[in-house]
Amino acid sequence: MSRLNADARHRIRLEVNGRAVEGEAEPRMLLTDFLRHTLGLTGTHVGCEHGVCGACTIQIDGAPARACLTLAVQVDGAKLHTVEGLAPEPGRLSVLQEAFRRHHALQCGFCTAGILMSLDWYLRQTPDPGEVELREFLGGHLCRCTGYVPIVAAALDAAKRLRDA
Amino acid sequence: MKSAPFDYVRVGSLAEAHAVLAAEGGDAAVIAGGQTLVPLLSMRMARPKVLVDIMRVPELAVIVAENDSIRVGAAVRQAELLAWPELGASQPLLALALPWVGHAQTRARGTVCGSIALADPSAELPLCLVALGGDVVLSSKGGRRTVAADDFFTGLMSTDRRDDELIEAVRFPGRRTSEGFAFREFARRHGDFAIVACAAVANEKVLRLAIGGVADRPVARDFKGLDGAALDDALDAFASELDARDDLHATADYRRMLVRKLGRTTIEEARRCRA
Amino acid sequence: MSWVGQSIERVEDAALLTGRGRYIDDLGTPPGTLHAAILRSPHAHAMIRDIRTDAARAAKGVTAVITAAEVTRLGGPLLAGIRAPIQCWPIAVERVRYVGEPVAVVVAADRYLAEDALDLIEVDYEPLACVVHPRDALDPTSAVLHAGLKSNIASDRSFRYGDPEKAFAEAAHRIAVAVHYPRNSCTPIETYGVVADYDPWEDAYDILANFQGPFSIHPVIARALKVPGNRLRLRTPPDSGGSFGVKQGVFPYIALMGIAARVAGRPVKWIEDRLEHLAASVSATNRMISLEAAVAADGRVTALAWDQVEDVGAHIRAPEPATLYRMHGNLTGAYDIRNVSVRNRVVLTNKTPTGLNRGFGGPQVYYALERLMQRIAIELRLDPLDVIRRNLVPSGAFPYKTATGGLLDSGDYPAAVAAAVEDGGLAALKVRQTSARAEGRLYGIGYTAVVEPSVSNMGYITTVLTPEERRKAGPKNGAQATATIALDPAGAVSVHIASVPQGQGHRTVVAQIVADALGLAPKDIRVVTEMDTARDAWSIASGNYSSRFAPAVCGAVQLAAERIKAKLSRAAAAQLNVPAGEIEFAGGRVHARHNPDNALPFGRLAAASHWAPGTVADGDHALRETVFWTPPQLAAPGEDDDINSSLCHGFIFDFCGVEVDCVTGELRIDKYVTMHDCGRVLHPGMVAGQVTGGFAHALGAAVYEEFVYGDDGSFRTGTFADYLLPTTMEVPTPVILHYESPSPFTPLGAKGVGEGNCMSTPVCLANAVADALGIAEIDLPLSPAKLAALLPRGAP
Repeated sequence: MSRLNADARHRIRLEVNGRAVEGEAEPRMLLTDFLRHTLGLTGTHVGCEHGVCGACTIQIDGAPARACLTLAVQVDGAKLHTVEGLAPEPGRLSVLQEAFRRHHALQCGFCTAGILMSLDWYLRQTPDPGEVELREFLGGHLCRCTGYVPIVAAALDAAKRLRDA
Repeated sequence: MKSAPFDYVRVGSLAEAHAVLAAEGGDAAVIAGGQTLVPLLSMRMARPKVLVDIMRVPELAVIVAENDSIRVGAAVRQAELLAWPELGASQPLLALALPWVGHAQTRARGTVCGSIALADPSAELPLCLVALGGDVVLSSKGGRRTVAADDFFTGLMSTDRRDDELIEAVRFPGRRTSEGFAFREFARRHGDFAIVACAAVANEKVLRLAIGGVADRPVARDFKGLDGAALDDALDAFASELDARDDLHATADYRRMLVRKLGRTTIEEARRCRA
Repeated sequence: MSWVGQSIERVEDAALLTGRGRYIDDLGTPPGTLHAAILRSPHAHAMIRDIRTDAARAAKGVTAVITAAEVTRLGGPLLAGIRAPIQCWPIAVERVRYVGEPVAVVVAADRYLAEDALDLIEVDYEPLACVVHPRDALDPTSAVLHAGLKSNIASDRSFRYGDPEKAFAEAAHRIAVAVHYPRNSCTPIETYGVVADYDPWEDAYDILANFQGPFSIHPVIARALKVPGNRLRLRTPPDSGGSFGVKQGVFPYIALMGIAARVAGRPVKWIEDRLEHLAASVSATNRMISLEAAVAADGRVTALAWDQVEDVGAHIRAPEPATLYRMHGNLTGAYDIRNVSVRNRVVLTNKTPTGLNRGFGGPQVYYALERLMQRIAIELRLDPLDVIRRNLVPSGAFPYKTATGGLLDSGDYPAAVAAAVEDGGLAALKVRQTSARAEGRLYGIGYTAVVEPSVSNMGYITTVLTPEERRKAGPKNGAQATATIALDPAGAVSVHIASVPQGQGHRTVVAQIVADALGLAPKDIRVVTEMDTARDAWSIASGNYSSRFAPAVCGAVQLAAERIKAKLSRAAAAQLNVPAGEIEFAGGRVHARHNPDNALPFGRLAAASHWAPGTVADGDHALRETVFWTPPQLAAPGEDDDINSSLCHGFIFDFCGVEVDCVTGELRIDKYVTMHDCGRVLHPGMVAGQVTGGFAHALGAAVYEEFVYGDDGSFRTGTFADYLLPTTMEVPTPVILHYESPSPFTPLGAKGVGEGNCMSTPVCLANAVADALGIAEIDLPLSPAKLAALLPRGAP
């Protein structure tokens, strides 16, 4: 049993996008702040800080989760995936990212990282989703720009291409 | 919107958890999935001095089918229970209700016991626990006790848990032979807390309907043997007994109306399911 | 084949999809930057008797605490567009007037420590009676918010166009509606952000903010910081996480954080959190409207009498009361109505101040007007669609001058309606309604026709002043759009525009336009959109609002491209020995029309004025061209208060079929058809994005979203669990149709398209619900509990 003092910073070691990283955080530091301002991974965005909008969604130990509902100290030793790790290489987008671009499934792009991280997981669990179940799954994300229509189209298109690949 | 400072203790065993809770009492808060606690911290509506993280206690992270019931440990996430292969056969009501709990992204972290501990009157899992007549296993340095669901929820977001106690597990009765279940919920949007949620259990002994979202806690009633107009009358009486309130999204009248209509639909569905 | 008109992939997207966006909170800050948190009022209306900040100042990591004392000493009030003896400050001075109003700012080493110190500030409040509903603000006995005013009515103007009294006297029928449009906001997913720095030796501010314009606010901020405009360098980040008008409202915080940085002696960063945003950023206005029509027996409307009470909240914050006047030139909507009377009152209440929000005045106006058109049909037992059709501005009447002074630039409204009815399948929808009703289901059809204004006349707000006051203040009019095209020494093309995009893909469309003009591909053009008022070409109309990008900014880009092309043509003509008129630009080359082999690479020609200016005739040096373009049609308000409030007027005709659940009252949209005439479509994919996005906002406003206040002025929708945004589960896919009437007033023929559905859709849904339930009165939001209470007797 270890007690981390409120006023001190504590070393946190974890794996992000396949790489071992570490940083220091007070117990109260949110994972969003840790990712963005300690590790410099600013692709994960903060939209509401109370777990509703989904902009900060990342993958923790293989499942989508709200980084703003998580303390940095909770993920010590965990494996995280963030939007920075989605593209296979610089200059080449993933199938899902390409589908988003093709369908104009983003405008301001602020909510997009969270949606991508959710869908990246979902399409591996559910390779051939129906539109209704896909929409139900995406219900955990708020987008103010697109009206969702092109997001749903992009996700269904990506699912098909991933199945055909 | 940043939390006030707190110490953080990650316990590795039940005994450690009990020791910290015994020492800190009401100044400590248990964190499991954190899906409700963390925003409360961020809004400074919760200001514990110490946070006790129980997620790495091995004995709390298990689902056990035992003696006609399903015991869900305090570190079991909602998504884990939903993905448990035996869930559909062991307790269909949970399989029906769990997809209504938040969203996939919060079920992946949020725990079953955490939702019970919070005792939100609109939440699905406390409702199921009451509908099924399950119980809550509480433990502390001083020992272990089991509290029936009806006694555990004592009011709006309040429970029978003492400050030095940990919810170690909840136990949902398993499916009995020839038992039917139904779950219905009406919310403004899918994934929101319910305006009215209904869970029904029908077997040869009881026809229980539990209602969430209306009173200050989930409430169950037996409607065995009632049908037609008599059932309507009984539901009317039940609806007016529940202390419904007006809030942003619905009036008390509206809630009572939903109890009658949605409640009846749910009862009928549970009966059909049994047959 | 031109690039314009194609849905090419956006140049913006790869960065945004890979986490490489550069939003304000993603950018590095200078070493030593401090972080601000704001203490906000828990009271709707109270005197501030004392503020004790000693403990906060002594707290860990705290550098400074700023209150009204510092702000009034170092700054000035925020100017508003109305002549009244009241002041609006970026922080509460002596009294608080709404829940969430800033009371103190803590500047500390990080945001966590700053919030810790907020807990230590003690404020003694003496609560006052408050005014929440605009109806109460009209009551002369209500508590007065601003002592200088003597009442809560900040403006009361009446207007008369044509001869409304005569029309009403002669009318066969008088039909009226009374509505109250509720408060809501488009709540972008990114909140406000400001990074401010102050140089005491130059007495100059350098402030980065995700402000969206209009830059008419720049002089307002400079005045509030007590510096001349050239000592306020206002910059915007490359990316912004949505705005929809809302980020205009960051400007009081630009002033506040500027002062905080000055007091702290260090750069100060503030990122608004969501609770702050919901409670205290900005809101659309709520408005009480009584609207009466003089109607002939056949349903023709001969006059309108508007009575509008606009609730701007606790302060008149610039550019308010613009929401009330933006639609003034098109108060007759899509209809040919020649007689209009208007009474406009602006009232103050103990709620968050209002400002820009998508639709800006349109949702309120059309809610009344289109509810009225439905009531006329029902009361006269006519088909609602026939009443709309009978009153439309006729084909061939364009440009059409409205009674209130608007100039409808182009369109064919009857033809667009006919196309929508046919292509949108109205006949089939009516069959669905008939069969649904036969089954006892509550199914309704709604219609709306609206005119969507775009490119605001910067002078329209002065319509709130009397002609006498306007004469004294001097005329205000026009709307300068700017674009700069530069050729670099390698012959590559760069463009800068002052459009401050918030996700609309401006860089892509501008690249398409310039590529077309210069015979290049969009990938050859680099477009920069971040703003820096110290370096860039800009004017008061710069920014991203009133749907001005496609019509105005793209127009300015086109003119700049033509100007640089003309110079390059003359230089090429000299080298290729052909008349300039025969020079063509295509495929990255510049060639003679009749001899394509007689050609130059574009890059060499474009670089010539850098490397060999002696070979280019004087006046033809093509290096950098900046165009300022303001359309002549945007004149100042006339002596008769006639005002062309906007340059372009798109047309929208919507219809929909909805079902209301007989038990729960839940609204289900069966089908929604929206016909748009937005002039020439520059990028169909983006136009579709604007329509579906606007539709989702409108659906939110119509069904889910409302800023709710208690009778005591408490704010009851302070989280995203209370203020409900529609998700994928709630937003259906609308059928989008187009009818294209290019605008004769814009260089590319384009009109705005981003706001129309926020104007047409809420009332279209309300009309359908009214039809389904057979009710005469319905206000938003169309929540299930509300509709369940309105279910017809005998419903199951």
